[in-house]
Amino acid sequence: MQLDPTTLTWLIPVPPLLAFFLIVLFTRRSRWLSHTVAIGLMLVSWIMSWSVLAQILGREHFGEEGTIIAAAQEWLPLGAEPLKMGVLVDPLTAVMLFFVPLICLMIFIYSVGYSNFQKPADPHDKPGEPPHNGVEPLYSRFFAYLSLFAFGMLLLCVADNLLLMFIGWEIMGLCSFLLIGFWYARKYDDPKQITPRQAAVKAFITTRVADVVMLLGVAYLYSATGTLSFREIMYAEEGHKLIELAEMASPIAGLSAAGLIGLLLLTGTVGKSAQFPLHTWLPDAMEGPTPVSAMIHAAAMVSAGVYAMIRVYPILAATAEHGAEHGLTPPTLVLATIGAFTALFAATIAVAQNDVKKVLAYSTISQLGFMLAALGIGGYVAAAFHLMTHAFFKALLFLGSGSIIHGVEHGMHHSHEHIDPQDMRHMGGLRTKMPVTFWTFLIGGFALAGFPLVTAGFWSKDEILADAWAHAPIVFYTLAIAALLTAFYTMRQITMVFFGKPRTAAAEHAHESHWTMTLPLSILAVFAVGIGWVGIPEKFPGLGGLLPNFFHEFVGGALLEHPETLEFSVIPLATSLVVALGGLGLGWWVYRNAWAKADDRDPLEAPLGPVYRVLKNKYYVDELYDWAFVRPAFWLGEKLFSAFIDRGLIDGLIHGVARISLSLGLAIRDWVDIPVVNRTLSDGSGEVVKAVGREVRVIQTGRVQQYLVIALAMALVIGAVLAALNGVALVGQ
Amino acid sequence: MIPLSWYLALSAALFSVGVYGVLARKNAVAILMSVELMLNAVNINLVAFWHYLTPTAVSGMAFALIVFAVAAAEAAVGLALIISIYRRRQTVVAEDVNLMKF
Repeated sequence: MQLDPTTLTWLIPVPPLLAFFLIVLFTRRSRWLSHTVAIGLMLVSWIMSWSVLAQILGREHFGEEGTIIAAAQEWLPLGAEPLKMGVLVDPLTAVMLFFVPLICLMIFIYSVGYSNFQKPADPHDKPGEPPHNGVEPLYSRFFAYLSLFAFGMLLLCVADNLLLMFIGWEIMGLCSFLLIGFWYARKYDDPKQITPRQAAVKAFITTRVADVVMLLGVAYLYSATGTLSFREIMYAEEGHKLIELAEMASPIAGLSAAGLIGLLLLTGTVGKSAQFPLHTWLPDAMEGPTPVSAMIHAAAMVSAGVYAMIRVYPILAATAEHGAEHGLTPPTLVLATIGAFTALFAATIAVAQNDVKKVLAYSTISQLGFMLAALGIGGYVAAAFHLMTHAFFKALLFLGSGSIIHGVEHGMHHSHEHIDPQDMRHMGGLRTKMPVTFWTFLIGGFALAGFPLVTAGFWSKDEILADAWAHAPIVFYTLAIAALLTAFYTMRQITMVFFGKPRTAAAEHAHESHWTMTLPLSILAVFAVGIGWVGIPEKFPGLGGLLPNFFHEFVGGALLEHPETLEFSVIPLATSLVVALGGLGLGWWVYRNAWAKADDRDPLEAPLGPVYRVLKNKYYVDELYDWAFVRPAFWLGEKLFSAFIDRGLIDGLIHGVARISLSLGLAIRDWVDIPVVNRTLSDGSGEVVKAVGREVRVIQTGRVQQYLVIALAMALVIGAVLAALNGVALVGQ
Repeated sequence: MIPLSWYLALSAALFSVGVYGVLARKNAVAILMSVELMLNAVNINLVAFWHYLTPTAVSGMAFALIVFAVAAAEAAVGLALIISIYRRRQTVVAEDVNLMKF
């Protein structure tokens, strides 16, 4: 049965959402059913995505009007134009649909093994803490959250307008909060080490700060153009809307409306994609289970920020003369600056980290910086290309690191040591213990480092460097150094983890993970190598032209004007060869004999001195934020709001009112109620009646005739009075 | 024709005799009889006024009839009370029946 691709596109995000509700409502008691539902429905999503891809890839000139899939429904009848919600599949979406469902599926399968499905429940495990050696206590919940996460991501991918995209964006924000804090009860002996619960809050608040700004941008865009649809703003009428926006003045002098909107939207990405200065949440997000880290870093969350930027790139680059032309506008300038700076900044930090996941976290921040820098200098296609390749190899690396940690934890269980299973100093020699993990991790690492020709990372990074060389040499130099460091710390990590001799008994006893973990690793490894071949530049010596530069043609079609193909230049190519091989070689040379024992010092520590300490402490950015934001916030909360305003002012006011009421009440009681009401009115009238009764009771004798006499006498008196009055009246007449 | 004032005078005299009897007699039966006298004095009054002032309206006669009925009922109840008191206290002297005081 061939479903209409438009209908199919509408349906792509639905299965994971369905899985979420099914698991939460019905299957949560059965672990087997829960993961079957989650994986099964993710599989359905993946099949739908790829069948949409299969149908559109056959179309000529895909990306031009009429060939894309676009459908919208009226959603909110508001103002002159009803707000529409719809789906859109253009080349950029197609790229996302290519890798997002696939990686999600791999992560889902991996999670089965990672959560120890094959083992019985350990009675010592408590919900909210990582399992010791049994199955995860909150197994079903984990899959429910993952499904919701996947729903958010797919919704974001197929959205045809900024608002729907933002909804998906926020759903992911929620899920990352839930999943980073998945082991919410976990505590550490070291009070300074951030707990999962704190990390979740940190991630949520940091991204929320950025999202509010982004929402402002969305609102501004809507008020300026009356629509949020990507196609209506960026592609309709040869970009007239963009020119309008670029000519419109914004409240901030010197910025056009397009510029201001671009900057606001960009802030959202800086938060979501963890760019400097909002990068601090992402390394701490490593507190979540490793599949979550992979989900956040590779498939969904942080790449969503880059995707959003690529998606709204025409707005960022809009100038009054041309709808969307290469050239630096304020937003692209900021984008390039932040991207390039973050790429280098995070790479330097990664060099000095010892936690296997923290290294990868900083490398993610750095690689996202690469993408944003590429986008900022106009490398639209390069950014999208690196987004895709990075998703594959970073998912691979994270899942690999999860497998490593699992292996070491297993070893710990044997050796009864109490060490940090994520600390690379405690590993070493895992090459022979975990061969599948080793080879796949090696492939992922080499892709990250940009090992020439065979790995995907090389081609995408090379394209970024080529773009940078052509448009902005300073960005080129920055990124080249960052790339060198990337290769260096990747080699450092691989050497520390896999080579040499095991440095602890736990590493000695580590063994290969379950097949549900190694199978996704193997599949992702294939993509981490092969996916680069779709984007080999045509003018590349030797290899160029063997395969058509499919990716450039394809993604370029998403823009109004096809980006020009760059002239081949030997300098960026030579640079990327030198930095990749040089970095890897240097890493091997420095670390090949380092660490005979677990508590040896890093070979870089002595020559770098204080610089190393700064790097190891991540430039003290966390401390700075703690000093600049967290403490003042606590101070405001505790001292100002709680102690002074709340307890002093407001409570004082309330207590004062109460005290006044009390004394008023006492006064009324003492001065009005007791003397006037009680003594005078009630008691007084009673006393009077009593006294009168005492005096007049003597006339009640009980003798009827006496009464009659009195009655007669009274009647006579009254009669006489009346007669007298009448007489007076008569006389008066 | 006898003028109205004569009837009124008779009635007043009769009423006065009744009042005296009620106030001065000790015997409860006598007091009751005196009350009857007073009622009949009123009846004379009523009938006389009717005859001399509004002979066409029947209200005077009707009142007189009602007073008869009340008098009869009162006599019956009063005598029954007196008998009841006599059975309990072996007396019909009004002064001795003075329990109803403070």
